[in-house]
Amino acid sequence: MSTLPSLAELQGISAELRGQVIKMSHQAGTPHLGSSLSCIDLLTAAYWTALRIDPEKPHDPNRDRFILSKGHAAPALYSVLAKRGFFSPDWLDTFATHGAELAEQPSPNCAPGVELATGSLGHGLPVALGLALAAKIQQRDYRVLVVLSDGECNEGSVWEAALLAPALKLNHLAIMVDFNKWQATGRSEEVTSLTPLRAKWEAFGWHAVEVDGHDLAALTEALREVPHPSGKPLAIIAHTIKGKGVSFMEDDNNWHYRIPKRDEVNKAFAELGLPAPQLAAAKSGSAS
Amino acid sequence: MRNAFADEITALAKADERIVLLSGDIGNRLFDKFKEACPTRFYNCGVAEANMVGMAAGLAMCGLRPVCYTIAPFLTYRCMEQIRVDLCYHHVPVVLVGTGSGLAYASLGATHHSCEEVGMLRLLPGLNVMAPGDAWEVRGCLSAALADENPTYIRIGKKGEPLVHGSRPEIRLGQALQLSEGREVALLSSGAMLPEVVALGKLLESQGMRPAVYSLPTVKPLDTALLEKVFADFRVIATVEEHSVLGGLGGSIAEWKADRPKMPGRLLRFGTEDVFLHETCEQEEAREHFGLTSQKLAERIAAALR
Repeated sequence: MSTLPSLAELQGISAELRGQVIKMSHQAGTPHLGSSLSCIDLLTAAYWTALRIDPEKPHDPNRDRFILSKGHAAPALYSVLAKRGFFSPDWLDTFATHGAELAEQPSPNCAPGVELATGSLGHGLPVALGLALAAKIQQRDYRVLVVLSDGECNEGSVWEAALLAPALKLNHLAIMVDFNKWQATGRSEEVTSLTPLRAKWEAFGWHAVEVDGHDLAALTEALREVPHPSGKPLAIIAHTIKGKGVSFMEDDNNWHYRIPKRDEVNKAFAELGLPAPQLAAAKSGSAS
Repeated sequence: MRNAFADEITALAKADERIVLLSGDIGNRLFDKFKEACPTRFYNCGVAEANMVGMAAGLAMCGLRPVCYTIAPFLTYRCMEQIRVDLCYHHVPVVLVGTGSGLAYASLGATHHSCEEVGMLRLLPGLNVMAPGDAWEVRGCLSAALADENPTYIRIGKKGEPLVHGSRPEIRLGQALQLSEGREVALLSSGAMLPEVVALGKLLESQGMRPAVYSLPTVKPLDTALLEKVFADFRVIATVEEHSVLGGLGGSIAEWKADRPKMPGRLLRFGTEDVFLHETCEQEEAREHFGLTSQKLAERIAAALR
């Protein structure tokens, strides 16, 4: 993109993406809506201001790589990729139905733009280290960006990778932790002693910053620092709100698994300032 | 075997700049020549095997040919999910080389034994599993694995194992090597048991038998053409491996045979038992403990033929 979208345009994109993932959850009867909503702004900032990618050339060896390591937020990634033109938005309508391109969590090479099959946590960052190391070996100048969840930071493999990346001087690698303060069944700061999260990444040798994960200007600014001039990989601790954008979902962990009913979808769209959606009949189980 | 691995991977990497060697903080000085020849393609990933396997997947996704090297149990048991998801599910050509496999590190205790990992890994879709019988086979297995599009696990021994082959055999995935012809008894050796199986063959000969001896450097895919032949032509087919009788070469063949109830040959599986070895001992004593010496194996085969 030659010129970056304005802040108002970015906010409009995020609102539209939020509506899309709410609709997908309702129609397909799939969970993890709160987790998708919390990371939308991270993906908007990445895909509309930072990543050097061309939807026409999804396998370009010089493309920037993006990995959504928290694979349960796949609807957010799919919505982004469709809107960026990697595949038809029609694919979103068949999401998680029998034989569809887009499964509840991404399978390998399921769609252009999906770099990794995720779903099991703790895999994205180690693979990203390999992608970033390959850039050095092959003398390419692409960057690698990974979005992790805070709950995912329970996984030991995340910290194995965290220890090695600075030693390999992978400053063209960056992570964004979607720090929404919840994991599946509890407060992430209570389940493990996760905080202080920024200090942890710093102690592991990363350049770490904290931002409001719903401040698109701040996220854009943070992502501008890849490759980081310090020579270190970059950790962006993004403070987010699970279920962000919909008043009755925000910071309510029931929406890790709950599926919105028809009237809830309509209410959410109204709150997001979106026109009322056309909804297909919902799958049984997601009673409307 | 590990010296042959280091030598061969260095030669291969000089000729193929896609090859990248990852080590799990092991092989002190072993890779000095590799590092000298290919300084940007050797990485010590530290004592962090799961991350190393994930990294290898990322490298392979960019067209490189990573080879991960560390002690067999740490590379396999510890990284099972990374092997399954990052390598097999994504179908990337990563080669895993587990050193000191089986009972090679008997004296270090059961944490360092790997007598179950073949059974575990061969269940993974698309993963080749190889177990070379001597240093020459190590070289051949490495070349075959690097030429294949599937991920591959190669279990090797430590160092100083006797050579069986006089020169480098041509090794193809899923193909056994015949060492001697015979009748009545076919001996199928997997991995570092090969010198002992050759000795077993000679011992049986001295007792008036004429066993055919095969080395099977590949456990998966199985050499089914060989199995069709030996189960038709021989009375007893004995597998010998430094691995549990469950799940390894013997276990694989038992499954194959279960689907062919009319094949006349009788399968004998020789390997370790379904236990941890708690005895303080060296590799030779550990083999003795499990009856994996030519003397004891000859007695067990003779008993089966009676």
